[in-house]
Amino acid sequence: MRGYVARQLVQLVVVIIGISVLAFAILHVIGDPVLLLLPQNAGKEEYARYHTLLGLDKPLYVQYWKFASRAIQGDFGKSWYTDTPAFRLVLERMPPTIYLTLAGLVVALLIALPLGILAALKRHSFVDNLCTMVAVAGQAMPIFWLGIMLIIIFAVQLRALPASGYGTWQHFLMPAFTLGAFLAPLTMRLVRSGVIEIMNMEYIKTARAKGVAERMVVIKHAFRNACIPVITVLGLQFGQLLGGAIVTETVFAWPGVATLTVESIRNQDFPVVQCAVVLLALVIVSVNFIVDMIVGLIDPRIRVGA
Amino acid sequence: MKSVDASGAVALKGMDTQDGARRLTARRASLSRLWRLKWGLTAAAVLLLIVASAVLAPWLAPYNPLTVDIQHRLGPPAWMEGGAPKHLLGTDQVGRDLLSRMIYGGRVSLAVGVAAVLISASIGVLTGLGAGYFGARTDWIIMTLVNVMLTFPFVLLALAVIAVLGPSLVNMIIVLGIADWPLYVRVIRAETLSIRERDFVVAGRALGMSHLRIIFRQIFPNLVSVIVVIATLQVARVIILESFLSFLGLGVQPPTPAWGNMLGEGRVYMLNSWWIAAFPGLAIFVTTLAINLMGNALRDWLDPHMKL
Repeated sequence: MRGYVARQLVQLVVVIIGISVLAFAILHVIGDPVLLLLPQNAGKEEYARYHTLLGLDKPLYVQYWKFASRAIQGDFGKSWYTDTPAFRLVLERMPPTIYLTLAGLVVALLIALPLGILAALKRHSFVDNLCTMVAVAGQAMPIFWLGIMLIIIFAVQLRALPASGYGTWQHFLMPAFTLGAFLAPLTMRLVRSGVIEIMNMEYIKTARAKGVAERMVVIKHAFRNACIPVITVLGLQFGQLLGGAIVTETVFAWPGVATLTVESIRNQDFPVVQCAVVLLALVIVSVNFIVDMIVGLIDPRIRVGA
Repeated sequence: MKSVDASGAVALKGMDTQDGARRLTARRASLSRLWRLKWGLTAAAVLLLIVASAVLAPWLAPYNPLTVDIQHRLGPPAWMEGGAPKHLLGTDQVGRDLLSRMIYGGRVSLAVGVAAVLISASIGVLTGLGAGYFGARTDWIIMTLVNVMLTFPFVLLALAVIAVLGPSLVNMIIVLGIADWPLYVRVIRAETLSIRERDFVVAGRALGMSHLRIIFRQIFPNLVSVIVVIATLQVARVIILESFLSFLGLGVQPPTPAWGNMLGEGRVYMLNSWWIAAFPGLAIFVTTLAINLMGNALRDWLDPHMKL
């Protein structure tokens, strides 16, 4: 187990460094901070002055080192727009994003687990085909459109739910469902293939042969083991889930990190964008790490393999 | 004797039902594959219709998509109360014909989808082949980069880059093309790894073929069907992302019609005029659904054992 943890930790550090390089490169290599900061009619001298002022005349690796060493201390600079530290701005918006993500995950599991198991047990039946069809349709659905359709039906026509905002449990319903619908198709297919694979295993036959009730076979023997691939892939998909949360937030004006990021992009407020990108990536990487640890604990085979 | 007979019969009967069940499952499996192929063909026909209408937009669209007609603004679809038959899907907030804008809007989505996938597939296939064939350090560098990029939400990366580059059609194609390549690498690398050890490759190497010749003449042809399937499915993903960026106002700029920015503009008016937001979204949904169904059928048709 110790070797496994060490390997995962090394990988974690490499990925974090990679992400910081990426976040740095987006602003400093692809773009030009001075051009973004100055008004369009600024003269050449003004440009040169800001160029040295921001330390952009130094070699790139020096600039990166400065950026990275400050970022580690949580210093991403001040927002160009509101003049408050970018780190604090982003951190304040983190909880709503996390709650939304968790709620979406719960909804996705509530849809995907029963349907996936049912589809696997009644393989190639009408139910299975129907589930597959719904999953294919779900994967093609642009969730921002789904969100808007939900608003039109439940908020505008029926006036049953608030169209946007944050606070009560009613505010959670539509965003959580939207995000859940985004993740559910993939999860359902994973559960289905996991259960199918395990139902063909020898120990399931053994359990049946010794007379365990079919329901217990499914719940105790098959489902538990089918959970491992589902947990692994869900963990790896956490980035996608957060990506879905970004889309959902912008539709429902959810006061999370994504809405802040989109606002900051509109305002050309780069310290905030950079900070949000790095922090979100950190959350994803940490979740992946934790998932790897949990899976390593559950399934000893994974610890040994590459 | 009797008991043996009985047990023999029971055993035979048991085997029979088991065998029958297996045959039934196999038949059902091939039936459902056939069913998927049928859906795939239907989807291909629908897609052809969408592509044709986008290409032939100037001849098909009943109106100029940019012509403003403020007197007939926010007109509902023809079948609703107050709808006029000359605007089949109604008009938008400045009275432009929604159907014409939908037909023209498809051009942006399809062009971005195909162009971005061409870029990402090229990068992804080349790096995947490199990682799988050369292995060792090349493999490590490429796979680390891939893992970093896969950790990053695709949307977030695209948003950040567009923010710096500024919104435009070309920038969007570049961003989506560059953000999407890691998906190909994993599959191509794994396939290359297994093909690399096959006899014909080893023989080629023994004959003194160059690395480039082995990669492109011997390994690459075996990967074409996999690449076609992934690329097809990726077009759908890119179209959704493109429309999301346009929806946020970070993609194709108005007044140029694109499904995404029409949806974004229509959102403001959804309180009274739901159709402005509903129809462009429906177009995105139908298009991506058709592409996905076609991709799945293509996978079954090219290689039923492909695991994607």
